[in-house]
Amino acid sequence: MSSEPDRSISTMPDGLWTQPTPSVPVDLGDDPVRRQVVPASMRYDYTPGLATTRFLRGLAEKRFLGERCPQTGDVYIPPRGVSPVSGLRTTEQVEVGPKATITSFCVVHIGFGVNAPPTPFVSALFLPDGAAVSLYGTMGEVPHDQVRIGMRVEPVWVDDDQLTTSMENIRYWRPIDEPDVPAEQLKGHM
Amino acid sequence: MAGNRVAVVGVGQTKYAAVRDDVSLPGLLREAVFRALDDAHMTMDDIDAIVVGKAPDFFEGMMMPESYLAEALGAVGKPLFRVHTAGSVGGSTALVAATHVQSGVHDRVLTIAWQQQSVSEAMWALSFPIPFQQQLVAGAGGYFAPFIREYIRRSNAPDEIGILVALKDRLNALKNPYAHLHEPDITFESIQESFMLWEPIRYSETCPGSDGAIALVLASEDAAEASAASSGVPPAWVHGTAMRSEPATASGRDQVNPDAGQECAADVYAQAGITDPRRQVDVVEMYVPFSWYEPMWLENLGFAPEGEGWRLTEDGSTQMTGDLPVNCSGGVLSTNPIGASGMIRFGEAALQVRGQAGDHQIDGARVAVGHAYGGAAQFYAMWVVGSEKP
Repeated sequence: MSSEPDRSISTMPDGLWTQPTPSVPVDLGDDPVRRQVVPASMRYDYTPGLATTRFLRGLAEKRFLGERCPQTGDVYIPPRGVSPVSGLRTTEQVEVGPKATITSFCVVHIGFGVNAPPTPFVSALFLPDGAAVSLYGTMGEVPHDQVRIGMRVEPVWVDDDQLTTSMENIRYWRPIDEPDVPAEQLKGHM
Repeated sequence: MAGNRVAVVGVGQTKYAAVRDDVSLPGLLREAVFRALDDAHMTMDDIDAIVVGKAPDFFEGMMMPESYLAEALGAVGKPLFRVHTAGSVGGSTALVAATHVQSGVHDRVLTIAWQQQSVSEAMWALSFPIPFQQQLVAGAGGYFAPFIREYIRRSNAPDEIGILVALKDRLNALKNPYAHLHEPDITFESIQESFMLWEPIRYSETCPGSDGAIALVLASEDAAEASAASSGVPPAWVHGTAMRSEPATASGRDQVNPDAGQECAADVYAQAGITDPRRQVDVVEMYVPFSWYEPMWLENLGFAPEGEGWRLTEDGSTQMTGDLPVNCSGGVLSTNPIGASGMIRFGEAALQVRGQAGDHQIDGARVAVGHAYGGAAQFYAMWVVGSEKP
């Protein structure tokens, strides 16, 4: 891709600024180095903490383990061990889902590599039954133009011998035959 | 507003483009810095302190550039530090710089914000798999599009609103020589027919990825008056500043009309004595990376009742000929070096009240709002600038 040259000063509206004079002569030669591609990678050792550990161990058993805010009663998932609203520790573990409701979504028409489904696919927010906040995921087993806010869904898990302590245990979500939840009930839970 | 008076006396922008590989990063920043200093009739020797902001490092593949930029930015022997607040960083950086003057610690502060989107992939940086976290598989658009869908559902806004915003901003960009996208042939139909990326967001309703930088010179009252006397250009006086944050995930959190945005606006208006923003504000530069965020933020910032923001777009109020021009510069939809985009909004607001916005000047603009948001719609930064002293 070629660069777009800076607009010459003569086209600037009156009263704007002048181009600074370079402090050294600019001569990049015939073949200036404009880009170097340097691959880099990082390895992380992740310490999830107690609440997230419980959540991840639950995922390995195909269960969603949230934690309850002692003040508001809202169940957070994934839990961080603290309520984002009250700031208090969440001490009570609560299993939520696995059935859930779509709180909103978009239809993605651009490819996002090996981790995403073939296009077009639906990227959505899923509110597990009993939880106060939604999880991200993708929809399967339904044409993208039939996905709705309020649609009832369930997770489709990887095969049991593939289960790990990872969100990647959820392959995708699929519709279930239950009536939609009115969208007004989902405000504040996206 | 708390503290001593502070004003913008210098604004310098680079030409924004998809790729600015004609200059190094220090060269890019100096292009903005020298223009800002020229505008202020100052040199680097006059500057007391430097505050910089850029995109999150993994959006750029560039770690801690401030450490090697000290000499290029004239910071040797002076304070230099960096502000981080994701996409709102340009706005927050300008506000942190302003507090250095409001506090009385410094008289002339240079603030700079930038990004080179060309050296990395912000969209994919947001989408790589992290096994122990939820994965966002579809970039920033995939994150924000569901909230746009929910806005459309709640407000019953017609589909064409997003297209009208994109058309307005891209046509405004033709009047801004620094804007990245100059698309003279763009039409309502060409936007409507452009590729659907994250339904309901089309390609032409999406911000580009840009390289570029902006620099502002902020000055105390005495320093601002001296600068204006020398340059002949009036200062943009800061009438109010506010920042707010909210949790990434919380029950009751509404990302369609976030509390933090409402509170940020209420605070900055109160400082500036604004009780009716629709009538009292002459021009707005707000952070609109996807077209539908114009009506959403018009409501969030109190320019329209909830559910009615799209009517201001539809009836032309937000065009340059309307009573509340929004993003005369072309906005984020035409230029998006993410780390700089917030400060560009703040700088463009200052240009308007100084009468320095060239072809996209709103005649007689006296009060302007600059706005930025960032993160998962989590961080908000605003200022109100005026042609009169507060």
